[in-house]
Amino acid sequence: MAVGPDRVTDGASARRLYSRDGSVMTGGRAGPVCFPETTEEVVSCVLAARRHGRAFVPRGAGTGLAGGSVPCDDPVVIVTTRMNQILEVDYDRRIAWVEPGVVNLDLGRHLSGSGFHFAPDPSSQQACTIGGNVANNSGGPHCLAYGVTSAHVAAVEVVLSDGTVAVFGEEQGDAAGFDLRGAFVGGEGTLGIATRIAVRLTPDPPTVATLLLDFAEVGDAATTVSAIIAAGVLPAAVELMDRRVVEAVEPFAEAGYPLDAAAVLIVELDGLPDGVAHEVRLVTQIASEHGARTVRVASDDSERARIWKGRKSAFGAIANIQPDYYLHDTVIPRTKLAEVLEEVYEIAERHELLVMNVFHAGDGNLHPLLVFDSREPGTMDRVLAAGEEIVRASLDAGGVLSGEHGIGLEKQRFMPLQFTPDDLAAQDALRKAFDPDGIANPLKILPTAASCGDINALDVIPEGVWV
Amino acid sequence: MSNLEAFRDTVGEFGAVCVRGGGTRWEVGGPPAEDTKEVSAPSGVECHDPAEMTVRVGAATPLTQLHDVLREHGQETTLDGPAGCTVGGVLAVGRSSLRRGRVGALTEALLQADCVGANGKVFTAGGPTVKNVAGYDLCRLLVGSLGTLALMGVVVLRTRPSPEHSTWLESQVEPSVVLETCYRPASVLWDGTVTSVCLEGYRIDVTAQISALSRFGFIEAVGPPALPPVRARWEGELPTGAILEVGTGVVHQTGRVDPPRPLPAVVAVASRLKEFFDPAGRLNPGRDPYLEAA
Repeated sequence: MAVGPDRVTDGASARRLYSRDGSVMTGGRAGPVCFPETTEEVVSCVLAARRHGRAFVPRGAGTGLAGGSVPCDDPVVIVTTRMNQILEVDYDRRIAWVEPGVVNLDLGRHLSGSGFHFAPDPSSQQACTIGGNVANNSGGPHCLAYGVTSAHVAAVEVVLSDGTVAVFGEEQGDAAGFDLRGAFVGGEGTLGIATRIAVRLTPDPPTVATLLLDFAEVGDAATTVSAIIAAGVLPAAVELMDRRVVEAVEPFAEAGYPLDAAAVLIVELDGLPDGVAHEVRLVTQIASEHGARTVRVASDDSERARIWKGRKSAFGAIANIQPDYYLHDTVIPRTKLAEVLEEVYEIAERHELLVMNVFHAGDGNLHPLLVFDSREPGTMDRVLAAGEEIVRASLDAGGVLSGEHGIGLEKQRFMPLQFTPDDLAAQDALRKAFDPDGIANPLKILPTAASCGDINALDVIPEGVWV
Repeated sequence: MSNLEAFRDTVGEFGAVCVRGGGTRWEVGGPPAEDTKEVSAPSGVECHDPAEMTVRVGAATPLTQLHDVLREHGQETTLDGPAGCTVGGVLAVGRSSLRRGRVGALTEALLQADCVGANGKVFTAGGPTVKNVAGYDLCRLLVGSLGTLALMGVVVLRTRPSPEHSTWLESQVEPSVVLETCYRPASVLWDGTVTSVCLEGYRIDVTAQISALSRFGFIEAVGPPALPPVRARWEGELPTGAILEVGTGVVHQTGRVDPPRPLPAVVAVASRLKEFFDPAGRLNPGRDPYLEAA
């Protein structure tokens, strides 16, 4: 027996629950759902799946937005949420070993007051797990200066699809040989299951300044972003919210966002006090030169918290506008933000859809959010057509398919737009080296002849899912 | 024909090839097998866009040439290496900069690599933007692989603002003093007696930190201490004459050490990678990334 009878279920309700994640993908079919508590139990689950000729799908909190944990063809679903212990925190070596089911924000709370933090802060951090962050190479507002999850994972213990256990990476230093740690992170559960993760601890910055910039034109906000970077300032975060988002979140967040602005930028600067003061002056000057109407610097922690609250709760507030939504995730060169944003608005208008933009502007990571009512006949067709045009516009501008949500099931069909058959063959070689039999989360990422799942609108906001 | 296509044709589809950069660390991972055809990747900075903080550059470009171009716009990369090294060589060897505390690990620098594979075809790993999770992370595999999986031709690197000011200090105190006093020093070195620290950033910040450190006897030094030639993994003991990079797990010493052999499950994945990427073993034969200790 792989796990005790109280920690495996094949009941209809569990299988239905675990057939979906935070994404728009429907049509998944879960097999038995297991809740292992140790690495050995994960090994047993994988071996049990093999014995019965089934694939397996790793799953954390299920907040993924690309269908990465949607099960295809009745695989064993291995849920890591019971592996939720923070095993060891070593402040001297600046490493914490955690189990994959630890919730991102719980790790943050555990470290709070120590002078250190775990840098990746995806907007779903109150629900998503560290294991999920590793699988998706998650980002968040503060990865602009600090890098995405891969930069913060020193080592990872992995159960491979043949049931063997490997540790990739080292607690400190560069990996000897191939960087299998680096290859594993972002594998969306197709390369094995992380069972213990050594995350790096980042020292808290001594000084943080949060600025709210207000623009009458979206294009001015966009050009301000690249002007800041070009001036040699690397902010901790640069987030853009357009007028519709501001209107939706302000009544709730009471952040003091200007309701008549076409767009606002949240710019966060951190470091030593004098340097931060210098950068605040520089950013204020650049913003004024690029059409900012006002620049407000948060005067205390509570004002800063309110500014961020609006940003981080944007998704929930938006849900009140229309019953359904479809969130996209592409990256473009940040110097093309203004023109691509304009194109995104045109695409939505052409398809008679409402689009709202709240995204990580500093690294060019767009999150166009289409909001609509799927009960109106023909709407889904327009939503899907608009989505594809947004993806194509991003690629045409020199961008990539995804900045932080991953490919999963949702974007497989677009992979050939970014990659040649030879590119994809090289990626397939990587995948097969980790999982030669193709039983770890099959039918994901790389385009396949077989299909699994359909794209549908989300009409219920899954708990803890944010932009 | 582009430089990349010319490189592809030189590599061809058959026969052993090794790629040579500056040849400054030719001994790392063992020398290439005899009768291996030596090839060179394209050279030259193709495109630097300061507002994107990216640069597209041929792998054979000397690192100093790249950094000269970037310096004009107040930028740099995390790449670092001995005089005469090339961009591709630094990436293939995979050693992070001594200034890693500020500039980050080397592996974070490589955004995209247009490569020639063992089958003689060009493929692209990664993407040109500073953020990208589309598909598998082949770039991470290429860094430190000594060219044994594919040959990098033209790469896109992340750049970053150069520090306004940079200085080295030293004092006969324990390195923990620096870690408790300074915010993210670029480098902290310890030889068992003397702690050396590199501070970088805005001049006004560096000055403030120098002042804070002066209470512990730190005085300015001309640069980092001379590092012994062998790079090894820190195992908790500091051999005589060795210098530790505090917090990175790397120790520079005189005596050769054999790296620990990886566990069988790791070897199995690594062997399959080599088998799938280069089934005939034609790319840089004789070189073994697992002979690198740290």
